[in-house]
Amino acid sequence: MNLSNMLLMRNELVLILVILILIIADIFVADKNKKAVNYIAVGLFAVHTLIGFIPLKEGALFGGMFVTNSLVWGFKNILNVGVLLIILLAVSWLNKNSLRNRKIGEFYILIFSSLLGMFYLISSRNFLMLYLSLELSTLPVTALAAYDIFNRKSSEAGIKLILSAALSSGIFLFGMSLLYATGGSLYFDALTGNIGHSYLSIAGLVMFFAGLAFKISLVPFHFWTADVYEGAPTPVSNYLSVISKSSAVFILMITLFVTLNELKDIWIPMLYGISILTMFIGNFFALRQQNLKRFLAFSSVAQAGFIMMGMLAADHLAASSVIYFLAIYIFSNIGAFGVVQAVSLASGKENISDYNGLYRTNPKISLILMISLFSLAGIPPIAGFFGKFFLYTAAAGKGYYLLVFIAVVNVTISLYYYLLVVRAAFLRRSENPIPYFKSDIFTKIGLIIVVIALFFLGLYSPFYDYIDSVTHILNI
Amino acid sequence: MDFTYTVLIPLIPLFMFLFLGLNYKRIKEPISGYLGTAGLLLTAMISFYTAFQYFFNYGKVDGVYQKIYAYNTVWINFTETLHIDMGILLDPISAVMLIVVPLISLMVHLYSIGYMHKEPGFTRFYAYLSLFTFSMLGLVLATNLFQTYIFWELVGVSSYLLIGYYFEKPSAILAAKKAFIVTRFADFGFLIGILIISYVAKTFDFKVLTNLDFINNLKMQAGIFMGLSVVTVALILIFIGGAGKSAMFPLHIWLPDAMEGPTPVSALIHAATMVVAGVFLVARLFPMFYFFDDGFALHIVAWVGAFTTLFAAIIAITQYDIKRVLAFSTMSQIGYMMLALGVSGYGGQEGLGFMAGMFHLFTHAMFKALLFLGAGAIIHAVHSNYMKDMGGLRKYLPITNITFLIAALAISGIPPFAGFFSKDDILAAAFEHNFPIFIIGYIVAGMTAFYMFRLYFRIFWWSNPKYKHKPHEAPATMTIALIILALMTVGSGFIPFSDFVSPDNTPFQSHIDWNLAGASIGIGLLGIITAWIFYKKEKDLSQRFRYAFGNVYKWTYNKFYIDEIYFFITKTIIFKYISAPFAWFDKQVVDGTMNGIGNGTVWISTKIKRLQSGKVQDYAMFFISGVLFIIMIIWLSVNY
Repeated sequence: MNLSNMLLMRNELVLILVILILIIADIFVADKNKKAVNYIAVGLFAVHTLIGFIPLKEGALFGGMFVTNSLVWGFKNILNVGVLLIILLAVSWLNKNSLRNRKIGEFYILIFSSLLGMFYLISSRNFLMLYLSLELSTLPVTALAAYDIFNRKSSEAGIKLILSAALSSGIFLFGMSLLYATGGSLYFDALTGNIGHSYLSIAGLVMFFAGLAFKISLVPFHFWTADVYEGAPTPVSNYLSVISKSSAVFILMITLFVTLNELKDIWIPMLYGISILTMFIGNFFALRQQNLKRFLAFSSVAQAGFIMMGMLAADHLAASSVIYFLAIYIFSNIGAFGVVQAVSLASGKENISDYNGLYRTNPKISLILMISLFSLAGIPPIAGFFGKFFLYTAAAGKGYYLLVFIAVVNVTISLYYYLLVVRAAFLRRSENPIPYFKSDIFTKIGLIIVVIALFFLGLYSPFYDYIDSVTHILNI
Repeated sequence: MDFTYTVLIPLIPLFMFLFLGLNYKRIKEPISGYLGTAGLLLTAMISFYTAFQYFFNYGKVDGVYQKIYAYNTVWINFTETLHIDMGILLDPISAVMLIVVPLISLMVHLYSIGYMHKEPGFTRFYAYLSLFTFSMLGLVLATNLFQTYIFWELVGVSSYLLIGYYFEKPSAILAAKKAFIVTRFADFGFLIGILIISYVAKTFDFKVLTNLDFINNLKMQAGIFMGLSVVTVALILIFIGGAGKSAMFPLHIWLPDAMEGPTPVSALIHAATMVVAGVFLVARLFPMFYFFDDGFALHIVAWVGAFTTLFAAIIAITQYDIKRVLAFSTMSQIGYMMLALGVSGYGGQEGLGFMAGMFHLFTHAMFKALLFLGAGAIIHAVHSNYMKDMGGLRKYLPITNITFLIAALAISGIPPFAGFFSKDDILAAAFEHNFPIFIIGYIVAGMTAFYMFRLYFRIFWWSNPKYKHKPHEAPATMTIALIILALMTVGSGFIPFSDFVSPDNTPFQSHIDWNLAGASIGIGLLGIITAWIFYKKEKDLSQRFRYAFGNVYKWTYNKFYIDEIYFFITKTIIFKYISAPFAWFDKQVVDGTMNGIGNGTVWISTKIKRLQSGKVQDYAMFFISGVLFIIMIIWLSVNY
């Protein structure tokens, strides 16, 4: 292995460099100028994101533990854009309270470290690598969840997340060792076709699945979601709901579709059941929520159920549609969380009823909220509709009409509760609505990008065509 | 002839929407009204020109009207044949819609300048109107099923905005939500239907889907599901979508409530355009409906239409809110169009039903829009929707009186007004093909005349209530719209529709069968005379009938309690027995509220709950039992 091969890890290397610079910058910037760290971090990450778009050679490193190809490269770029948006939206929150300023650098360092973990996660082609990167991606987030040390809820969220995460990685590790026991290797390639059907391999599959299902918040592994999303600082909830979830979906897809393909007859019915459960439970809980962050938590649980519906078609179309859906979902959810965050920052209010009459005082942000929620609900011509449509197509293509029908029923339920929020903002009147507020330039840029993306991704078909072309790499 | 310029037809309203929507604070009343109307006038001119060129110059090749793609672009490619396009399709039925939609929309734009005077959000209203017109035009011009679906949803969204326009009124918000959710629910049928079609037929394209050779091939290939061709199942699902938008029983419940919207909106959406989308959709896919499983899906269309037309006519007789009478009348008339399509055959004279359905769509758009706009002028004058506040208005509103009378005569099927011709064709087609449906249609014709003249006499004759302000005629912008529509109502019946529209796009001869026509005029007159006896002068005859019928009347007045049944299912069953236990579970178990701790300690419990709750252990328990449960289930179901 020569050094130029290391360039296959360009994304990771640049990100590590960004983290190192930030650590140093954080030391050198005087306490009273701490806000500058924001600009350094956002600037550096923007550069990193741009570098990410430079095409990358395909290949493998570390004896095949780490691979990069156009699919992985493309997905890393999607994650980069997502994280960039999240930190853009986070700046005003970080600036808000001067007590917290002393730790501004920490926030970015942690979030970037977690992203680094995600990068390795989706590039890994070996179970050990997968496990290590999963831990690398989770641990910084638990610290982030507890970031707001003056807020008990935040600390509680941190504790809950780390305890639940520890349990899930334990089970994940156990499942992995069972798969190793049956297949005799930790490499994906070597395992493919060598696992075989046995009680042991099934237990291994389920435990391995549970570990990732925890990150995706599938029922019954979702219980942490609402508490953590509600307690954690909004940018962190945002990160958990999109970046963390979608990279776990990505690697789950790779492992199920390729490595564990021979256990298809087991995991397809399993996903079928879990998909239905997740959609219904997510929706029914979302229906009754008052707190918007909890509401979005359950809505994201329900969305995970939809993803599983597309996934269990287990073919090329399924892969394309899942990735397409994820890309759109990232923007939709960031938009929704972004608005919630901006409102909560300006007024401290997070309940649906507080949003009554928001349109009259803050029309623009209400529109963004509506577009994001409509995208989540899947109303054309906003991108979310196309995402869902392809998931239906994937499932219907394999003849799972009943599941599609159940999904459709669930979409109708979800439409109802998304409309509750839209109605509060647009149609309801309030004695004392949230007063007009101005957001900072970072929030504005972030939300504008989200809105453009939500229209663009759905209507600009080469985007789907591109995803469709790169998923051929999976060879399914 | 190059029809590419037709892209302007939907694009102008879209531009108007963006322009007015983005500048809604800067552009004030009435400038936005003039701008919107001018934009629509331009759209209408181009549309009429296109329709004219299509019908008279370029549409027909060898005596057959062609499906012309004025513009088409591939948007997303799945396979060689399966791709999603965006484009503009010209054929006889879309050309007919090119006359209906812009014309009615133009009238409504014009009328609203007066009607919406001094309403808050005047510019917003015009922006929504333009959005709606854009969506509706995109829908009728669509070249493929998928484009239809997208615009179909857009129509839903924009009508949601328009119905909920008076957002200070809680009832308007509820109505908007109800309309949106009910039609959305139906739309999912449509969506699944499209998915099935895309898998079986491997194309969305209308030109291919309605090609007879293609249909014959597809008949061989398509699988069987519960004794029906899969395509038939898909068509039924698609029809569910159409039934939702067209307010067919039992998906009609949103339409009466949607009357909460401003009256011009009702004229546009609930009389002439959106509600006929379902009819248009069936007409668009007519060859498929007709040829698969010997027209099984088409029979469903016919019977749903027939049932709805009767059902709605019965309810219309008992309503007191004049807009609701019109709403139920609309339902009934759309049922008429559906049943006309449903009894139609294919080719030559057989296609009379299809032609009559589209013809009725055309004439109904004129006279029903006129009725709604007239109702708007009345409401404008007396500030009430209820009949009890009206009476003797013919002296105060002469123009409205005459135009309303013309429209009422038209809907009652009295010659020479437009409704006579189209209704007569429908009855003739039903008479030929399906006698029971003909009987229903015939009875409904009489009922229609009765409830319409009940409305007319009650408003314009009867006796004067004590008006607080003397009612006065509407401003010129409103009356001009009324007069134009009245002229259309008088004239449009004479169009030889069968020269233009037929299922196989080949013109045929149709003539009026005067025996049948005489019978239908007879029952119309009977209805009118009955109404005259009851309602010309104030008397208690109708009251006495009401008491005599007792419960029957009550049931009818309450629209047969369909709403209550839905309400029971959603509120009581779903919320109480499904959602509430979930909420309980969330609150008690998941949220870990310390249940059973006495009131005195609740305060402490809420304080310590956050610090040291048993929750994480609970979660861990759920997690592990979840894993074990799944493993157990799979272990039990496999056998090694």
